[in-house]
Amino acid sequence: MRTQQTLVMFAIFVAITLVVTYWASGQSTTSRGFYAAHRKIGGLQNGWAIAGEYVSAATFLGITGLVAFYGFDGFMYSVGWLVGYLAVLFWVAEPLRNAGKYTLADLVSLRLRGRGVRATVALSTLAVTLIYLVAQMVGVSALVNLLLPRLGDVVPIIFVGALMLVYVIFGGMLATTWVQIIKAMLLLVSTLGLCLLILVNFHFSIGAFLSAASNVTVAGKVTNLLQPGLLFHGPLGAWNLVSLGLALVLGTAGLPHILMRFFTVPSAQAARTSVAWAMVLIGVFYLATSFMGLGAATMVGEEHIGPRLYAGQAIEYIAHHPDQAQQLNKQLAHQDYIVPKEDSNLAAPLLAAKLGGSLLTAFVAAVAFATILAVVAGLTITASSAVAHDFWFSLVRNGRGSETEHLFVARSTAVVVGGLAIALALALRTYNVAFLVGLAFAVAASANVPVIVLALTWRHFSRTGAIAGMLCGLLSSFALIALSPLAMGNRAIFPLENPGIVSIPIGLIAAIAGSLLFRDRQAEQSFDQLQVRAATGLGAEV
Amino acid sequence: MIRPIEPDRWRDLAAEPQFRALQRSRRRFVVPATLFFIAYYLALPISVGFFPETMSRAVAGPLTLAYCFGLSQFAMAWILLALYLRRARRFDVAAAQIREQETQELAQLVT
Repeated sequence: MRTQQTLVMFAIFVAITLVVTYWASGQSTTSRGFYAAHRKIGGLQNGWAIAGEYVSAATFLGITGLVAFYGFDGFMYSVGWLVGYLAVLFWVAEPLRNAGKYTLADLVSLRLRGRGVRATVALSTLAVTLIYLVAQMVGVSALVNLLLPRLGDVVPIIFVGALMLVYVIFGGMLATTWVQIIKAMLLLVSTLGLCLLILVNFHFSIGAFLSAASNVTVAGKVTNLLQPGLLFHGPLGAWNLVSLGLALVLGTAGLPHILMRFFTVPSAQAARTSVAWAMVLIGVFYLATSFMGLGAATMVGEEHIGPRLYAGQAIEYIAHHPDQAQQLNKQLAHQDYIVPKEDSNLAAPLLAAKLGGSLLTAFVAAVAFATILAVVAGLTITASSAVAHDFWFSLVRNGRGSETEHLFVARSTAVVVGGLAIALALALRTYNVAFLVGLAFAVAASANVPVIVLALTWRHFSRTGAIAGMLCGLLSSFALIALSPLAMGNRAIFPLENPGIVSIPIGLIAAIAGSLLFRDRQAEQSFDQLQVRAATGLGAEV
Repeated sequence: MIRPIEPDRWRDLAAEPQFRALQRSRRRFVVPATLFFIAYYLALPISVGFFPETMSRAVAGPLTLAYCFGLSQFAMAWILLALYLRRARRFDVAAAQIREQETQELAQLVT
């Protein structure tokens, strides 16, 4: 019954978005239309689209579940994700619109000419985007297992991948944008609706709601979900929090699929307005998730929601619960995680079931699928721009080649990237990929952000500095993740689960050191062009 | 077709007092605001991670100090956003003046 209702609602969403794609297909016949929607998306619309791009199913289901089980520590995640937009607002959005064209590499190459720089920026864009994309696609299989267990997970992954390709190939950035907007609206309606139902349940008394949340029975003992330390504890937990926080708050400004959205608006003012709307929407959404999580904890009850614990957390949990050790170790031998209770990702759908019955549950499940679909479409078009525009058009063809060729390559690349994501998702669907989103943020913060900020503000920034900064940031993030408890369990060499606190300084220092060691006269001269363009919009792409 | 700006011209534009003033006023807002929000944000994981007992104290009904601090981050982000939006109107005026002057000069060069 619920499966059918979910599928029907999801089908309605798909039908609407396909109509949008058909409408958009007529306007995606140039590279400017395909990558940047003719730069005609308004500030408010782009704000919704950024919110849609940013709030993935992992946040919708994942954060609600983390709050339901760990209370405040789950809420901590969302704080960094919102505050990170201040860096986008102050440093990135307007200069990017004024001085960029289609990709991050366009902005950096305006100052630092040369093939090496463009190739490195494109590589880093591709790395961040692909990591994020695979994390989302693997999420499809987790979501199907949770919400529609009878479907199996191979068909849904292929279906989501194929549908996302239809949006991107035929509708380009315009269709992708509207898919994000529609999905963001659905998501906000469903979260605010659930919050309202929770309030009704507590007779609109916030006090009663909070007292209930401070007095929840978790794993047999009374817990105060409003107090910190349920997920992260001890000195290691504290450093984990700081490292993760640093990656979240700085990484947002380096996520290529968010940055690409600023090329779709007509002016720097519109770029600024879109960040403003996005910050309002994302903030409201995260407050609502925290509310839903606490609501689920108090109303659904601990017997139904439990967390999935990976790596270090799993080992720690087993150490603290010797009574369950045998059974949990057996779980760990077969999969990469343990489930002491049921899955925490179910908190939001279970809350919907409790408050509104099967129809509401189906709606929430359908919205979760729509969310994944929209996010992967945005990621695919970003990855395709890095390959087609940066590698093929700018490096292989040296900026020559017709519009038809450019578009053909862009679409073919989207197919290849999408196919690769489907294949990787199928191959990795039984593995623990929870660390991938954290890794994407860490790479963005350590490789992309120092280069963007230094290119815009420092006259002596050089090509060598840019390449050294990006490669060191990229490689150190990957290496530290490979040595962390996420990959090595309790034999980890690097004790933290997020590399940010080490890899961000490495990226920054390498970029500065490279620039000081190898000067670049031309980059010093073109700094004037970049700073005037970025600040005034003179010569901006139209 | 708009005439592209020559490399030397960019250097002159960057040296103009009007542009220098715009950059200065931008930085005067953006640099302290950035240092503030990073410090304010990092204070949350640091205080919660290293002083969990203090942060667990209930201060507003059952609401703990940690939760209040976390919620205040939302207020902080929105207040800085509002302050920046207000300040940015001044930057827009200055940027528009520089753009206009330059377009006029280019037009004179063409005719």
